[in-house]
Amino acid sequence: MAVKQISVFIQNKKGRLAKVSRLLADNNIYIRALSIADTQDFGILRLICEDVENVNSVLKEAGYLTTITDVLVAAVKDDAGALAIIAEALRDADVSIEYVYELATVDNIVYLVVRVDDNKVAAAALAGAGIKTVGEDVIFKL
Amino acid sequence: MSKYYQPEVETMSVEDIKALQSEKLVKQVKHVYENVKYYRDLMDEKGVTPDDIKSIDDLYKLPFLTKADLRDAYPYGLLGTDLKNCVRIQSTSGTTGRRVVAFYTQKDVDLWEECCARAIVAAGGTNGDVCQVAYGYGLFTGGPGLNGGSHKVGCLTLPMSSGNTERQIQFMQDLHSTIICCTPSYAAYIGETLKEMGLTPDDIDLKAGIFGAEPWTEEMRRDIEKSLGIKAYDIYGLTETSGPGVSFECEEQTGMHINEDHFLAEIIDPETGEVLPEGSKGELVFTSLDKEAFPLLRYRTRDICVLSRKKCSCGRTFIKMSKPMGRSDDMMIIRGVNVFPSQIETVLIKEGYSSNYLIEVDREHNTDTLDIYVELTPEQFSDTVKGISAREKSLAGAIKIMLGINPKVHLVAPKTITRSEGKAVRVVDKRKLHD
Repeated sequence: MAVKQISVFIQNKKGRLAKVSRLLADNNIYIRALSIADTQDFGILRLICEDVENVNSVLKEAGYLTTITDVLVAAVKDDAGALAIIAEALRDADVSIEYVYELATVDNIVYLVVRVDDNKVAAAALAGAGIKTVGEDVIFKL
Repeated sequence: MSKYYQPEVETMSVEDIKALQSEKLVKQVKHVYENVKYYRDLMDEKGVTPDDIKSIDDLYKLPFLTKADLRDAYPYGLLGTDLKNCVRIQSTSGTTGRRVVAFYTQKDVDLWEECCARAIVAAGGTNGDVCQVAYGYGLFTGGPGLNGGSHKVGCLTLPMSSGNTERQIQFMQDLHSTIICCTPSYAAYIGETLKEMGLTPDDIDLKAGIFGAEPWTEEMRRDIEKSLGIKAYDIYGLTETSGPGVSFECEEQTGMHINEDHFLAEIIDPETGEVLPEGSKGELVFTSLDKEAFPLLRYRTRDICVLSRKKCSCGRTFIKMSKPMGRSDDMMIIRGVNVFPSQIETVLIKEGYSSNYLIEVDREHNTDTLDIYVELTPEQFSDTVKGISAREKSLAGAIKIMLGINPKVHLVAPKTITRSEGKAVRVVDKRKLHD
């Protein structure tokens, strides 16, 4: 049960984030979750939004480099050790994690976006460890 | 020891030099015509025969050779003797398309080393000196050329090659090196390292340095002289004509004396090919006069400079050339290596990148830096930093294989590299090497 994430390439320069976020705002795009990876030269802005195809065309028309990736959203009890149980379950299944970021915490449940190479193996490993993964139907109603 | 290595030629009268050049030119043209089919065809095409060349005044009748000819004739097409008579090759660092391979007989090597010996003696070298050669050794002509020259002078020669700077300084101290030969940027780096090690020029015995293979400024010369406590001498050459030692500086430091008994120099208009009078700024053209293995007639160096026969206080009568003031093509010299933007473009296209790129050359701490900005295509973009960094690294590796030096590659967003109208600006050289 994967969720679509859209990633945008931006130069690591003053004002670039403002520019892309203004573009999204002007198109009434609501950002459900985001994370930014940055290097000295560039950054990758990763977004979870509804209607990812529309978001993609808005960004592309404005000349941005984008890519859509399937990510998992794991839902675990919001306790100390929430991340540890996810990371350990994936490690035990020999799955490498590219990155993780928080989507939301609602009703004492933390929803974490997890990017791995193989979603199927990862989802099975998480299920095996008793961790639920949720789809877009759930996260956009949170 | 004399202040000249070969006073009989280095101080001969201008009339005698010209007579000697004429005599040698006639022979060299004959040698080339008989042995180098590639050039014979060029002469035939122009309707020139060896009989038309009676003195240096007839030089203008001969066709030019360019780097493109060297490429076409690669590797053996310009060879002037049987390979069995050759004992050495040297090569430029360009690895594809632009590579130049030069051949030498033992006599060619000897004459080349004599040219370098003249440069060392002009810098005050004698058989009592300890000469540390910190040019790269190998296919690059710098190390082997100065190494040979140092032997000829009778210096105690330290064949250090470049790099491992602290060890260079250690040897300098322990073995009391008095002369250092390397690229000017490496000399500046040695100066900085000396300081970082808490040492001063008083802690070493260097008195002179012979620096070449890349452009450098007067300002850089003064910095190096100060940081190492030496007098810094310029030396010029190119693999095509043998290597360093085509010309060299004397104590006057006002240009480099061309070894005219071996190389005949002209200045031409790079656009028309017309020979320009002495004192004009134009492209330097060399004709070898004694070469057996790799004789080149009217080879266009693409270096822009000025020749002057003004009397020199050192007593040498050889004509002087200014430091190259620029290029008549787009070649850059980065860390002593010849780089053409087209080489970089070839790699980019081969690796699937757009041909919209920007090359930025700068100098940090006296070392050249090469930054290449390339636009990512949508297919190449991935959502992980790891993915993009891996691409940068792999592209840098491919460029390193092509050029022999490491660039820093920056992948950037599409349409971020300025599109120019008309002629694209692909290179920004921030080094300010020419006044």
